[in-house]
Order: sequence, then C-alpha cells, then structure tokens
Amino acid sequence: MDQLFAGYAFLIAFFFALIVVIMVYSAVVFRRKKGDDEPGTNVHGNSVLEVIWTIVPLGIVLFLSGVGAVYLAETMEPEVDEMVVKVTAAQWSWRFDYPEYGLSSSELILPKDRQVLFVFESLDVIHSFWVPEFRLKQDIVPGITTSLRLKPTLTGSYTLRCAELCGLNHDYMLAPVRVMEPADFDAWVTSRTELSPLSPAERGKQLAELNGCVGCHTADGSSSVGPTWLGLYGSEETLTDGTTIVVDEAQLLQSILDPNAQIIEGFLPDLMPMGFGDTFTQAELEDLIAYIKSLSG
Amino acid sequence: MTVLSLGIVKGLAGQIIGTAVGIGVSVAIRAAMGLPAEVTEGAVIVGILVGAGGFLVAVGAMTDWFKWMAGKEIPVRHGPPEGKPVWTRYFGVDYSHKVIGIQYGVTSVALLFLAGLLALTFRLELTGPGLQFLDNHTYNTIFSTHGIVMIAAILVGVGAMANYLTPLMVGASDMAFPRLNAFGFWINVPAALIVAASMYVGGWDTGWTAYAPLSVNAPLGMQFVLLGVWMIGLSSIVGSINVIVTVLHFRAPGMSLFRMPIFVWSVLATSIIALTATQLIGLSFLMVSAERVLGMTFFSPNLTPGALAISSPPGQVLLFQNFFWFYSHPAVYVFILPGLGIISELLPVFSRKPLFGYRIVALSSIAIALIGFLVWAHHMFTSGMFEGLRVPFMITTMLVAVPTGVKFFSWVATLWGGKISLPTPMLFVLGAISIFLIGGLTGPPNGVVVTDLFLHDTYYIVGHFHATMFGGFIFPFIAAIYYWFPKITGRMYDEGLGKLHFWLMLPGFWLQSLAMARVGLLGMRRRIADYDAALGVDLGQLLITIAGFAIGFSMLIFLANLIISAVRGRVASANPWESRSPEFQLPSPIPEHSYEQPPVVTGEPYDYAEPGSVYVRLSSVSSAAD
Repeated sequence: MDQLFAGYAFLIAFFFALIVVIMVYSAVVFRRKKGDDEPGTNVHGNSVLEVIWTIVPLGIVLFLSGVGAVYLAETMEPEVDEMVVKVTAAQWSWRFDYPEYGLSSSELILPKDRQVLFVFESLDVIHSFWVPEFRLKQDIVPGITTSLRLKPTLTGSYTLRCAELCGLNHDYMLAPVRVMEPADFDAWVTSRTELSPLSPAERGKQLAELNGCVGCHTADGSSSVGPTWLGLYGSEETLTDGTTIVVDEAQLLQSILDPNAQIIEGFLPDLMPMGFGDTFTQAELEDLIAYIKSLSG
Repeated sequence: MTVLSLGIVKGLAGQIIGTAVGIGVSVAIRAAMGLPAEVTEGAVIVGILVGAGGFLVAVGAMTDWFKWMAGKEIPVRHGPPEGKPVWTRYFGVDYSHKVIGIQYGVTSVALLFLAGLLALTFRLELTGPGLQFLDNHTYNTIFSTHGIVMIAAILVGVGAMANYLTPLMVGASDMAFPRLNAFGFWINVPAALIVAASMYVGGWDTGWTAYAPLSVNAPLGMQFVLLGVWMIGLSSIVGSINVIVTVLHFRAPGMSLFRMPIFVWSVLATSIIALTATQLIGLSFLMVSAERVLGMTFFSPNLTPGALAISSPPGQVLLFQNFFWFYSHPAVYVFILPGLGIISELLPVFSRKPLFGYRIVALSSIAIALIGFLVWAHHMFTSGMFEGLRVPFMITTMLVAVPTGVKFFSWVATLWGGKISLPTPMLFVLGAISIFLIGGLTGPPNGVVVTDLFLHDTYYIVGHFHATMFGGFIFPFIAAIYYWFPKITGRMYDEGLGKLHFWLMLPGFWLQSLAMARVGLLGMRRRIADYDAALGVDLGQLLITIAGFAIGFSMLIFLANLIISAVRGRVASANPWESRSPEFQLPSPIPEHSYEQPPVVTGEPYDYAEPGSVYVRLSSVSSAAD
C-alpha cells in the first residue's frame, strides 16, 4: 500500500504542476499590456486535444482502479494458520479475546509475521478499528459482524485508535498494541493463561479493563466521563442533589447496580450502562469493589 | 415603527408564537390523555414545525396562495412595498428574482461567518494536545454545527447565484415561479435559526453526518438539526424546479441550449441533482426522528440486554448510511457545479477569447451530475457494506474524475494565447482553479478502496473536502460577488482591498489544505477534540489554525470592502469587464424589469475574438448603450 501512496504522490505532483505551471505561465506571458485592446487567439476548441484529455485520464483512473483492486484482494486473502482475535468495542473501551488460547486482554498483543483475522462486535454504536501503522481500518457495526485481516510485520508498540465518531469520549477510545517476536508472544500467552492466584483487587482490575469500565473511569486521577477511582473510596463527595456522602462499599455497589440513583456533582446521568447487575456475579462485584478500594491507599 | 413592520421581524414573531402554540397544544393533548404534562421531544418537534410555519405565514410567503384558495386573483407584485423605503423590500417577501438573489447572498455570507467563527473556536482548541478550554461535548457540538451550517451556507449561496443570474443570463424577466421563489428563500431563515439553536438545547455529538445509532440516542440538539436540514432541503428542491422550468421554457429568442452562457448549464445540472436526490436526506433524517420519538427501529439491530434493548423487528444500521449518502454525495456536486460554472463563465471575459470546448464543458456538467449518482458508497468502504460492491463503486468514483479533468484542461486552454487581465474576480477564479485542483487530485487516493482503508476518517479526508469546497464554491462565489458587484449596486468595489483579500486568503488556504493532508497521513483522526502528542502533528495543527485565522481576517476585509463600496464606491460603468453576457448590456444597477423586451440572440456567447460578432441585441428600451 505504501507503494501505491508513493505512486499517488508522483501523479498528484505531475498533474498539479501541469495545470498550475501552465496557468501561471499564461497569466504572466499572455498578460494584457496597457492600452492593448486586441482580443486573444480565436480558438473555439480542438477535437484532437479534447479526445486526448478525455481518453488519457480515463486510462489512468482505470489503471489505478485495477491496481487498487488487486491490492485489495491481497489484503483479504485468508491464510491457513491465521489467528482469530475477537475485538469487542463499546463506548469507550476495547476488549480482545483470543479463542485459540482461551484468554482475554485489554491490550492487543500480537506475534510478528502471523496473519490475524479480527472479528468485530460492537455493544452500542459504530466504532472503527485502526492502528495507523497497520494501515487498514474496519468499522465495527452493532448488529452485524465485520472482520479484517492484517499481518503485522514490524515489532514495536503502537496505539489502537477508534476511527469512527462514537460520542463523548471518542478521542480517548484508545488501546495499547504490541507486536512481539513469536517466542515473546508465546511467553505472554503462558503468563496470561497460567492459573496463578490473583488477589481480589487484581481480579477486580482485570474485570474493570475487560468490561469497559476503564473507558470512563481512570485509575490515575485524570478526569474523564465518570469519576476517577483514585482516592474515591472513603472520600466525601457532593451529589447533584446537594447532599454530601462518604463513598463506602454500599455506595460503590449501588453505583454499579443503579447508576442513576446518586450522581456526583460535575458528572452526567444516563451515561453508565444499566445492565452490570446482570453481567457480573456477586463475587465479581466484590472483586471490583476490592480493586476500587485498593486505589485509595 | 418601520422596524416592526419588516417582514422578517413579523416572521420571527410568528415563529416564536408558533413554537409556543405547538408545544402548548402538544402538552395539553398529553395532559388530556392522562400522560404527564411534560415538554417531550415530540412536543418540541410539533413546536419547531408550527414555528416554522408561523414564520412563513407571518413574513407573508403564503399570503398570495391563501388568497388564491379564497378565489381572489392576485397579480405578481413588482417593486418596493408601497409607501415604505426601498431598503425594506430586502427584509420581507419580495418576488423579484434580483431581490431574492441578494437575500440569498446576504444570508449565505452571514452563515459563512457563523460557521467560520465556530471553526476558529475549535481550531484554537486544537493548537496543542490536551484539552485547553473546551470539553468533549462542547467541542463535538461546535464542530458538528460548523459542518452543517457551512453546508447550509453553500446551498443558500448556490441559490443566490442561481436566482440572481439565471433569468438575466437567459434573457427572461424573472424566474418561472416568483412566489415559489420567495417561499423557497424564506424557508431558510427559520431553518437556519433552528439549526443554530441546536447548540443551546443540549448540543449534539454526531458530526453533520448524523450516523445511526449514535444520532438516535443523541441529545435534543440533534432533533433541531434533523428538522432544520429537512427544511433547507425543501428550499433546495423548490428552487430547482424554478431553475429547470426557467431554463427550459423562458430563454430569449435565438438562444438555443448551446448558445446559453455556460453558467446556466451548470445550474441546470445542479438543479437536476437537487430536485431528485435531496429527498433522500430528508427521508433518512425523518427516519431517525421516528426512531427517536416513535420508537421505530429502522436502524436499530436487536442487541443484548444491558446495551440498547429493543423488542421490535430488527433494523439495519447501514441502511441509514446508504440513504444518507445517496443524497449527500450528489450534494457535493450541487455545491461545486455552479462554482465551476462561474470559473468557465469568467475566464473568457478576462482572456478575451472563447471558452475552449464550450460544448464539451457544458456536457461535462451534466456528466458529473449523472455519474455522481452512482458513487455514494465510496463514503462507506470501511463501513461493513457488502464487500463485493466496493470495487464497482471504486470504478464509478474514479470515472467522475474524467469530466472534471476535461474542465481543467479546457480552462487552461482558454487561458493559453489570451490577453489576460487580473482584476480581483479573475484572481479568485485562478485561485479557485489551483485549490480545486488540490481537492480533485487528493480524490483518487480516497477513491481507491485499499488506500481509503487508511485515509477514511482522517484529516486527509478533511483536507480533501475543504479544498474541493473552497475551490469549487467559496472562491468562485467570492469571484462572482466581486464580478457582479458593479452590476448589482452600480458602484465599483475597492480593487486594492480586493487584492489584499485574495493574497491573504489564497496562501492561507494552500497552507491549510497541505497541512490537513499531512497530519492526516501521520495518523490524525477526524472529529477528535484532543490528539496524542505522540503523533507528531502539533506543528501541523498550529499551522492549520494560523491559516484559518488568516482566512478569517481576509473575509473581514472582504465584508468591509462590500459595505463601504456599496455606500461610497466609485460609480461604475454598465459594462466594466466588457462582457458579452446579456446582463452586462443593461444599465447598472439593473432596472426593476430587467428586459423590457426579451433580447434577441444572434451569435455565440464567447466569440470575444471574432471581430464584429454580436451575441445579444437588446431592445432600445432596455439597453444601456444609449
């Protein structure tokens, strides 16, 4: 694809110069001198030229279409050992599931030189999967399954950026991406799938990352769509109805199960999804609360 | 007392009263039905519609038709309102196409300034990474409103040029349907107010493209935009009917289709598009309204509970995009074809030789209009549309470049070998060509599917469409205003200020286009209030903002020039450009009844270099030659 962009640069430069240089040349060389009332050359047209400058651009655009179609087909070729990664997009966070390894992650980790088949699902509005260094993007549309094939060829750290306006926090809907040597990737898979005992707070952190909480709540104190969790537990907060509360476990639980019941001043109602009571088990809710508590030092 | 009797003031009063009545009646019906007596979105919709209707009745756009319904014969009223100062005719319903053209023109410039101010606001925010003084929601609302107000400004500006010039250029005394013309103009005033009000009733986060499902759940401001755009579309359709009938039926004797001024071809092609495609954006926006208020599910799939749970038959998200773009792509040709017509119209005058390949240029406008209906899915290459159709749409998209290229080559050939003078209108025409060229050449990378998969939703696209809009509409519109200014006002604009305007605006716009394309290629997405410092686009963003301010200042110079010159400019001769076009054979300013008798066409429009050839002969009553 980068070759195609180089080709465009050449064509654009060529045609731009062709038109503008002739235009500027004419404006200078054919400038009417003061007192000259003579008209210009009495030419109405030229069939030969008109045919040429219809046929030649037609040929160029059809050639570009052909080249583009061939490259497009190349990007869509399946490969035998491609790895499926399921990407779930929701306002305003990402989640990656690796069915082949039975693991989930909030970061996109990929091995070098292996084709990936991304399968996309949106939980709400249209999003779009785009890592600029990977070039291709694909919209993620609620109600249908879209997909994209990519083969990363350079190791490094990149950023996944949502590329379709999806509401309030679209600009911050990002996720870290890392492309690793295959051996390092295998090591990562092992470390994620080993059953190492995690503390409730560590489990809660994973739940928060995988279920979209981090799309609106930060852990480092920076402001976002929802209140930051840093120092939230145990703090005194003013609500939108003017009353003051101390944030305790009961209040945190209510915020998850019934978000609109109590809104902290400076934040808006009707933004937090309402169904977490159905999604999480009691144990998971306790883990989440343990994680939030752990951010209060 | 004069101010209160102005049509527009009465109209505004009618709109306010109508809105209150509409909302009040809706809430009263709710109460009578036993529902909570709240101002729901449905009540707001009724209020907006009754308000717009109230405006149109109160300004007087419906008066003659109501009288017809009552069986009275009412001739078309000509001339200023009785017993009132002449200037009041511009602030109320007037049937003269010249007055309506100026009303459209002033409204367009006002909307351009509003949208420009919005742009400068969010451009300031974008000068550096991090959120400086706007929050996400305000930012999203402002850029969305910028987009839709600019589009309204362009549609209204196209209306200005089409209405003022078409009858004059074909030798007709007015448009075919003067009352419909006035009605078509006045719809835009309440509509523009409704669109602007969207910012104050909760805003909207979707961009002007209003994709479902985001638009279905957007705040109340979205509804204002959906209805306002529907109304502006109605104005567009109504105006097109007038242009097509006028061009096909009211040309002067001897003016065959291929003897019309080229601008008339361009507005004919434009009107064919506007007449037939605009319905689709009206439809798609109405369907979003129906989802918002009536719970219909055209665009909503069934999703798992906890997201957007809906219990009706599932809809299709992409249906919105197909309906929307089926209009909105041809719409961009509505935006640029008149401007390209202006370029073709002015080049021969300032080169003193014929328009090269007049017939093929005329037909290229029609070709662009027709092919333009077949390309819409190039806005949807990444959307998850049926993949097998992407290559066919790529091919049709690339085909549109061919008639467009024909225009560029004809323009260059018109200049070659000419005797070229460079007053301000000609500078803007040449500038338009250079900018539209940038826009046009950045098109094919977007049209080729595989590269569009990188470019879509980046600033490269933003650069592409700003260049095509500036080059295809803004610069030619400005050229047209300078060019016909002496004809409209009888006075000359200030040439020095005009050149200053140009030399500030052109480099500003070049800088903006190139910087936008560059930051897009570096990975800058569209429609984001804050961007990652790691992208390395800080300098590019700063340059775009500086360019934007340069453009803004140059427009202030433009405005000052127009106002001062209209009042105190040097009195202009009837034909300062020695144009062969019919309207320049009339006195300046043009009399109420432009042509006492229709002119007689005896020659070709652009035979500047043919000694002794005459294009039109006016009757001695009309002519400025005496």
